Amino acid sequence: MAQMTMIQAITDALRCELKDDENVLIFGEDVGVNGGVFRATEGLQKEFGVERVFDTPLAESGIGGLAIGLSLTGYRPVPEIQFFGFVFEVMDSISGQLARYRYRTGNTFNMPVTIRSPFGGGVHTPEMHSDSLEGLMAQQPGLKVVIPSTPYDAKGLLISSIRDNDPVIFLEHLKLYRSVREEVPEESYTIPLGKADVKREGTDLSIFAYGLMVHESLKAAEELEKEGYSVEVVDLRTVQPLDIETIIASVEKTNRAIVVQEAQKQAGIAANVVAEITERAILSLEAPVLRVAAPDTIYPFPQAENIWLPNYKDILETAKKVLTF
Amino acid sequence: MGENIAKNFDPKQTLNEIEDKFQMFQILNEEGVIVNEEANPNLSDEELVELMSRMVYTRILDQRSISLNRQGRLGFYAPTAGQEASQLASHYALEKEDWILPGYRDVPQIVWHGLPLWKAFLFSRGHFVGNQMPEGLNVLPPQIIIGAQYVQAAGVALGLKKRGAKNVAITYTGDGGSSQGDFYEGINFAGAFKAPAIFIVQNNQFAISTPREVQTSAKTIAQKGIAAGIPSVLVDGMDPLAVYVATKDARDRAINGEGPSLIETMCYRYGPHTMSGDDPTRYRTSDIDNEWAAKDPIVRFRKYLEGKGLWSEQKETEVIELAKEEIKAAIKQADETPKQKVTDLISNMYEELPRNLEEQFKIYVEKESR
Repeated sequence: MAQMTMIQAITDALRCELKDDENVLIFGEDVGVNGGVFRATEGLQKEFGVERVFDTPLAESGIGGLAIGLSLTGYRPVPEIQFFGFVFEVMDSISGQLARYRYRTGNTFNMPVTIRSPFGGGVHTPEMHSDSLEGLMAQQPGLKVVIPSTPYDAKGLLISSIRDNDPVIFLEHLKLYRSVREEVPEESYTIPLGKADVKREGTDLSIFAYGLMVHESLKAAEELEKEGYSVEVVDLRTVQPLDIETIIASVEKTNRAIVVQEAQKQAGIAANVVAEITERAILSLEAPVLRVAAPDTIYPFPQAENIWLPNYKDILETAKKVLTF
Repeated sequence: MGENIAKNFDPKQTLNEIEDKFQMFQILNEEGVIVNEEANPNLSDEELVELMSRMVYTRILDQRSISLNRQGRLGFYAPTAGQEASQLASHYALEKEDWILPGYRDVPQIVWHGLPLWKAFLFSRGHFVGNQMPEGLNVLPPQIIIGAQYVQAAGVALGLKKRGAKNVAITYTGDGGSSQGDFYEGINFAGAFKAPAIFIVQNNQFAISTPREVQTSAKTIAQKGIAAGIPSVLVDGMDPLAVYVATKDARDRAINGEGPSLIETMCYRYGPHTMSGDDPTRYRTSDIDNEWAAKDPIVRFRKYLEGKGLWSEQKETEVIELAKEEIKAAIKQADETPKQKVTDLISNMYEELPRNLEEQFKIYVEKESR
């Protein structure tokens, strides 16, 4: 085993899949010689050749169209959208096309596409680079939406996503690329999609989170432990479809829950988790299920980013409201 | 400053020169006379008769579809009369294994490529079985989003190139579609990858009601290929021989590793945009209608073939009768197809149903068994 950052784990997953399946193709803007703007595809073109790992013209909808056409000719495309804020340029290819092909063709064509893309705040990017748009994706039937929070998960989830025969949106939090390092096996392994991970067990409160917010939630849980509260932290890992079993089992144990997301509060994943809990486990609840989320504005210009983004203090505050309800 | 630029490079003159070069390619004129013998593809007698038969058949299919639609027996339908040469002669230049990415008016091409007629009717009726292509038929269901098929055609063509297949991906849109971002991205991607794609713009003069001149300042749509660095041609889309030759040339280049081509076919749809309430008298005059009717592809091809002794009223009647019979049988088969269920649709969402859909599947099994 080697110590890896998330970006290294992602490169490693891509390498494993390029080796394992000759139909896997990686393409996008600057993914070739340059290895991607975050070096996620570092060295892959050199190792696997320009036929397998290649640059495209700068046009996201074209990249989406390539992914669809290559799927139709038997390939397993893994395109990169350079920043997920650019997804609006490829929304038809994703929501209007990729997500619908299996359905549209009555289960005769499928799209084994994994779109990888960085997202997430806290690194002072220009506009349209940091938005959390997973809620938008999760509302589209036909897609799966995966967001890892650790290097180990990133590798296993990415391999599962690539092997999945339906389209997966695989979102990589910018701030997690190099900030967390852990042991990651060098061989290939998978982590099932649609399965949450209980990062920390507890009995007084469940915190549901994903992406960077898992780390903020763990930090909050530690603080709460000092005050005598036993807090469970669940990393959703796949935000569509949700792991209902794990969520409900946790709430039935702790009877109190909060849901944390970096995205704006309106609509979104957290609202969906709250709805599932109230529909399925309301009699287990001792307090309302509250959300920690960003305010309902457009993603802020960098100067206001640190106040805008939810952090462990916001989580603590909301957790206490629920714990003392 | 402006003058200095003009001395070295005159942008306006360059544009004019390029635009003037896009003269309409024609082989068979409106009178059914070959005006460009050099370009005559010299199709065999059987091939000429086959192409004519397909056009006549398809005209009947259009008439019957309109009438079935009016009787409430069809559903969504985009009329095709006037575009037979553009659609069927371009298709005639293809090989069986080639891929077709059609727009919603391009049902005739995919039917002649092998989609059973009853399935085409089911597509019109909004039944998923109409979109289940028979094994080995390289056809996508008609695209509803204008232009989306262009970027996908670049992808299919790149896939074919990577596989080393000697085949092409052909895709169709209209004059309106040439304004979409996906149009440019599609031709540009295919060009950049030298992918074997053929992009056809059927310029039928109106995007629903919007006339061609509102779409672009460009004198021709064909010239847009120049910017993407791909060969392009403006063709008389009412002339089956010219359309055939332009497509065949594009296909030969593609197979030869020379990349994609763009073909603008100048044509006209006689009918409304679709049968869903469009009234062409709101945006077209009968003068324009008559002007285009005089260019009719079937009329001119009939004259040409009759002159060669290859076609007769009797032959035409035979084709019409065959079309009517087959359409009747296809409607019957479409009628006999089991009704579509929500549970079918739920099953077609993913390879494995996630929990939410599993739960909803059970609910609809119960609802649909009531």
